[in-house]
Amino acid sequence: MTVVVRNPWQALARSGFLRGVWPWRSAGYLASSVLTGLPALVALVVLAGFSLVLVGLPLLVLGGVSLAVVERRRLGMADAEPAPSPHRTPAEPGLAAWLRLRLAEQATWREFAYGLLHALVLWPLDLLAVGVAIGLPLGMAAAPLQLALDGHEARVVKTVLVTGYPQAFAAAAAGAVLLAVLLYPLAALAGARAQLTRLLLAPREGELRDRLTEVTRSRARLVAAFEAERRRIERDLHDGAQQRLVALTMTLGLARLDAPAGPQADRLEAAHGEAGRVLTELRELIHGIHPQVLSDYGLGAALADAADRSPVPVEADLRLPRLDRSVETAAYFAVNEALANAAKHSGADRIRLDGRYEDGLLFIEVRDDGRGGAAAAKGTGLTGLADRLAVLDGTLTITSPTGGPTSLRVEIPCRALCG
Amino acid sequence: MPSSLRIVLAEDSVLLREGLIGLLTRFGHETVAAVGDADALKDAVTAHDPDIVVTDVRMPPGFQDEGLRAAVALRTERPALPVLVLSQYVQRTYAGELLDTGDGTGVGYLLKDRVGQIEEFIDALARVAAGGTVVDPEVVRQLLRRRRDPLQALTPREREVLALVAEGRSNAAIARHLVISEAAVGKHIGNILGKLDLPPAEDTHRRVLAVLAYLR
Repeated sequence: MTVVVRNPWQALARSGFLRGVWPWRSAGYLASSVLTGLPALVALVVLAGFSLVLVGLPLLVLGGVSLAVVERRRLGMADAEPAPSPHRTPAEPGLAAWLRLRLAEQATWREFAYGLLHALVLWPLDLLAVGVAIGLPLGMAAAPLQLALDGHEARVVKTVLVTGYPQAFAAAAAGAVLLAVLLYPLAALAGARAQLTRLLLAPREGELRDRLTEVTRSRARLVAAFEAERRRIERDLHDGAQQRLVALTMTLGLARLDAPAGPQADRLEAAHGEAGRVLTELRELIHGIHPQVLSDYGLGAALADAADRSPVPVEADLRLPRLDRSVETAAYFAVNEALANAAKHSGADRIRLDGRYEDGLLFIEVRDDGRGGAAAAKGTGLTGLADRLAVLDGTLTITSPTGGPTSLRVEIPCRALCG
Repeated sequence: MPSSLRIVLAEDSVLLREGLIGLLTRFGHETVAAVGDADALKDAVTAHDPDIVVTDVRMPPGFQDEGLRAAVALRTERPALPVLVLSQYVQRTYAGELLDTGDGTGVGYLLKDRVGQIEEFIDALARVAAGGTVVDPEVVRQLLRRRRDPLQALTPREREVLALVAEGRSNAAIARHLVISEAAVGKHIGNILGKLDLPPAEDTHRRVLAVLAYLR
């Protein structure tokens, strides 16, 4: 088993550290500090010239946030673990909303603190460490070269005077050993430095949880809006088109009664029949959009009616209380889809439908004796259902070996509204 | 059965309400009150003591099953009051709830579409007013499709007969419809009652119980 090394500390704990890339990634990470640290310092000095409260504050915040963006990317050199942004997305567009949100977020102020620390303290330290750990040994290793260029003498690292090649090569050898030795503390420092960056710039656990909650909520809101729209369409059709059609068939029916026999009466009869068929179709359509029995009597009754409608005989055993509307709707459409699939594709002779509510968990199983081979990944309908259930923290489990039988299980944690 | 019925009508759609009043008038019935919501329906029944109540299921204020609830409440108070419910849905839940009131006689559950079949509708109205039980053929068809143990025991012919019984037809009407003798119809019904475990008794409503057996 290969363990993926994600940072210098982990690399240090393993053999072959010097042969790997981590010494150089560490050195690169620390050395590149100057690239962001120096501009940050300059910006800080310039901004300090402005009035901090009036103009400077937003700019400082902006500076801290944008520095953090670069620093999180640079962190990748010394830390393979991704560091996402801790910020939330503003609810409304516009700079003002953005600024309000940023100023209210704790993460912004952590980034600001990091910016100050980085500009004033960290980047010089980083540079110094790289200078000592890499520059010093390299200087020693360069002694023979210096001697060759000068011809008579050389000052190794500008301090020790060497006059002969044996001494120079001894210094070079010592430099090589020193480099190997110093790379260890350098990597340790880079690891610590990366940890500090992560601590200040990566999202805290609470922030991650908040964002997840926010996403989950907005998804639930979308589904709820979708459901409300369904019910509105159903009601509009029911109160509008359907009533008018009934009135129309009534009028046509009366006209038929009064019309003398002849071609006129035949045409009336045809029109009357057609209107009746449209009415039937409309009724089915409305039922498919949102069955009224679901709102009036709940999931148990609605599923029993769905079982009645199934072309494949359904043996239903349902013991369900009234549940939350969104739970009832999601479960109803899931089972409906399962029944329709079983009738269309499975070749089943009978279907067994079980529904229970126990200990805060709704459990429904649709099992057919068909030929199997259904998969959530293949059917877009089933995937959509799984997504809808996921909004409610519910799950859809399908077992359908080739040759059958197919079993579809819906589980949704929820509370009963009444017995 | 009075040939002219005094009717209380509850229907929130003005278009349909007016249409129904016209239709009923044409067949010599009198709409003594036409109301648009469930509370007004109860008041109108108290005020007019009609021969029959005709009501929609979905009505204000909630646009859920207020009309059906009102019908059930009326039947619970006055089990002999004939009630014909017009529904937009083929659903045994609604039909079952209604038939559970009183002894299941003098009730009807019809799809609203059926209003367009003028003569059938007027006929059903008269049968309910006379104490008959009328369940929409569509609902019955759906019920007969279900695989239920008592039903499995029935022959196709017996199911056909039971479906016609559930529609509120008399033995004579069934015999005419199936082109068989009335005696044969009686024999089928006897078999059905036997298979559904409804032993002979001095009970005139065994036919209704047979229908109810499916609805529960």
